[in-house]
Amino acid sequence: MNEEKENWDLVIKPKQSMFSIDLKALWRYRDLLLLFVKRDFVSVYKQTILGPIWFFVQPILTTLTFLIIFGNIAKISTDGIPKVLFYLSGIVLWNYFAECLMKTSETFTANANIFGKVYFPRLIVPLSVVTSNLIRLGIQLLLFVGFWLYFYLTGAAVEVNAGILLLPVLLLLMAGHGFAFGIIISSLTTKYRDLKFLVQFGVQLLMYASPVVYPLSSVPEKYKWIILMNPMTSIIETFRYSVLKSGSSFEPVYLVYNAAALVVVLSIGLFIFNKVEKSFMDTV
Amino acid sequence: MPVTVIKVENLGKQYRLGQIGTGTLSHDLNRTWHKIRGKEDPYLKVGVVNDRTEKGGSNIVWALKDINFQLNQGEVLGIIGKNGAGKSTLLKVLSQITSPTVGSVKVKGRIAALLEVGTGFHPELTGRENIFLNGAILGMTKSEIRSKFDEIVEFSGVDKYIDTPVKRYSSGMMVRLGFAVAAHLEPEILIVDEVLAVGDLEFQKKCLGKMKDVSEQGRTVLFVSHNMNAMQQLCTKGILISNGQLAMEGQIDKVVNHYIGIAKQGSFSSGNHARRGNKSVLFSDFYLTDANGNKADSMIMGSDIYLNAVLERRAEVKSVDVSFTIRNAMGEAITHVQNMDNDFSIPYDFNTMTLRIKLSSVLFVPDTYFISVWTGCNSDAYDIIENCVHFEVMNNPDFNRIIYPHNIKVFVNSEWALL
Repeated sequence: MNEEKENWDLVIKPKQSMFSIDLKALWRYRDLLLLFVKRDFVSVYKQTILGPIWFFVQPILTTLTFLIIFGNIAKISTDGIPKVLFYLSGIVLWNYFAECLMKTSETFTANANIFGKVYFPRLIVPLSVVTSNLIRLGIQLLLFVGFWLYFYLTGAAVEVNAGILLLPVLLLLMAGHGFAFGIIISSLTTKYRDLKFLVQFGVQLLMYASPVVYPLSSVPEKYKWIILMNPMTSIIETFRYSVLKSGSSFEPVYLVYNAAALVVVLSIGLFIFNKVEKSFMDTV
Repeated sequence: MPVTVIKVENLGKQYRLGQIGTGTLSHDLNRTWHKIRGKEDPYLKVGVVNDRTEKGGSNIVWALKDINFQLNQGEVLGIIGKNGAGKSTLLKVLSQITSPTVGSVKVKGRIAALLEVGTGFHPELTGRENIFLNGAILGMTKSEIRSKFDEIVEFSGVDKYIDTPVKRYSSGMMVRLGFAVAAHLEPEILIVDEVLAVGDLEFQKKCLGKMKDVSEQGRTVLFVSHNMNAMQQLCTKGILISNGQLAMEGQIDKVVNHYIGIAKQGSFSSGNHARRGNKSVLFSDFYLTDANGNKADSMIMGSDIYLNAVLERRAEVKSVDVSFTIRNAMGEAITHVQNMDNDFSIPYDFNTMTLRIKLSSVLFVPDTYFISVWTGCNSDAYDIIENCVHFEVMNNPDFNRIIYPHNIKVFVNSEWALL
């Protein structure tokens, strides 16, 4: 046919193949991603005096709270790891995951006004959330390093091992899970807002199903598998094993499970997201 | 041979009316069930033509249906239609904001849509930061923006405030900055919604000029506006959309004239008006006459014209006032006349009566004008009919001029003397 010969740059049709992620388009909009990251980061501490230092305050205060409640009142074991380092490591990692999940889950509802006026690959927005939180995580990890050095120099039983080389993998897994679950929720909430309420306290509750305030080793054998289902478990455990060593377990098999789970969840997420981004303006 | 850059085929877009709730969940499930069994979507067949004024039986409407057109490179297409006709939906589909229900659009080249100016401006960021952000949202790369940054700032005229957060800007400055960024986009195809309706006159003219430049550079533009003058100045081709369907396609002048003609069909005698008011008193007729008492739908600039309103009383009222607003084709109010201005009191114990109002030496510049009529008492409206009659003002050969510059609205008689 004649039409087949003409080459069109873009064909807008009702239903496009659902798995197509236009990587080329994403790459073309990479500057937008960076500018979104910059916007998120810069706008947070505009008109503040302390600026980015605020990123330290939240984990420090949370650590302090946990130290008092779980460490001194409830007296939950930390496997012999200095309590401050134990809580801080859990909090920093958990915060990153929780923040990614919650922010990406608002992708469509929070950006409806922009999405309604301009087209750009919608995935840019959740990707920028994951990236800008990475900067925050970096700053908070610096804080952790500071505390770690203090304990190391004062002779506490901490040491770093080769596991630290897995840090990029851990970051990737965390970002991936936050992103994947986030886009699933954001896609589903465009039409039915019910999930939004679940996310708000669900994330809080989920923290208690992750070894943030307790070590995995203190979980009774019978329930361990439930905690291990949580992708954050192996991430936090591996991180603690690499930099705090004592007590925490490191089992590569859980990381493999984690990566496999990520592939599944991410596929589902991209599938739904692709489907929703074409029509969400009519339902949001 | 001209290159076709946009090809729209059988495009349709369906919307569901009412709220999204549990009812929609059952629709969704039904849809999925049909899909699983490989059957056609059961809701594609229903759906009525989109006519706002009529309450249809179905709660699914076609906001767009069977739209077909092609556009060649370098053409400027004006999309005309009444409010709610489907113009904006069409733009949204073309700019990929929402996907069509059926049909397809094929596009050659990079497409950029300007449905709003300043999309994504962040109030806390400075003008400079927002130029980059907004530019990137519209599809420019950082280096493109950087190379045009000075031009953008100059065009916007806000260089003094460029390092101030935009939350301190006036709304006009915000719009200027937004349009300045958009104006420096260089896509092959540009889609523009009525962004010209904002900003002051000087800036509007700047925008129109810029759009003219764009089209002269051989780029393709799709433009939606209610400003028929701007349409005729800018566009080469026009399409008219009515109730979601393509009503006409052709030369812009033909389409604009046809559209103004449609507005004429709504003239009083057709009786097809959307009225508002409590109906205690109704306009039963309204027409224009010339000095000789003959019905008229046009006049020579500078002559007198008479408005004739026939009123009918349906209920007890305490007083009756009448007023008229005359608007030009762009919808701008040119003048307003009311009986209170002349201390003319209208009797209120009538059954029917005819009012005749003389407008002397009407010096509106040549254009099409629309008259809206109002009757009521204080804030109580008995009957309001928007744009119920229209008339043409024709150039007066005695005035020695054909062109009225600077888009002036009204002419004033002047007497010149040398002292």
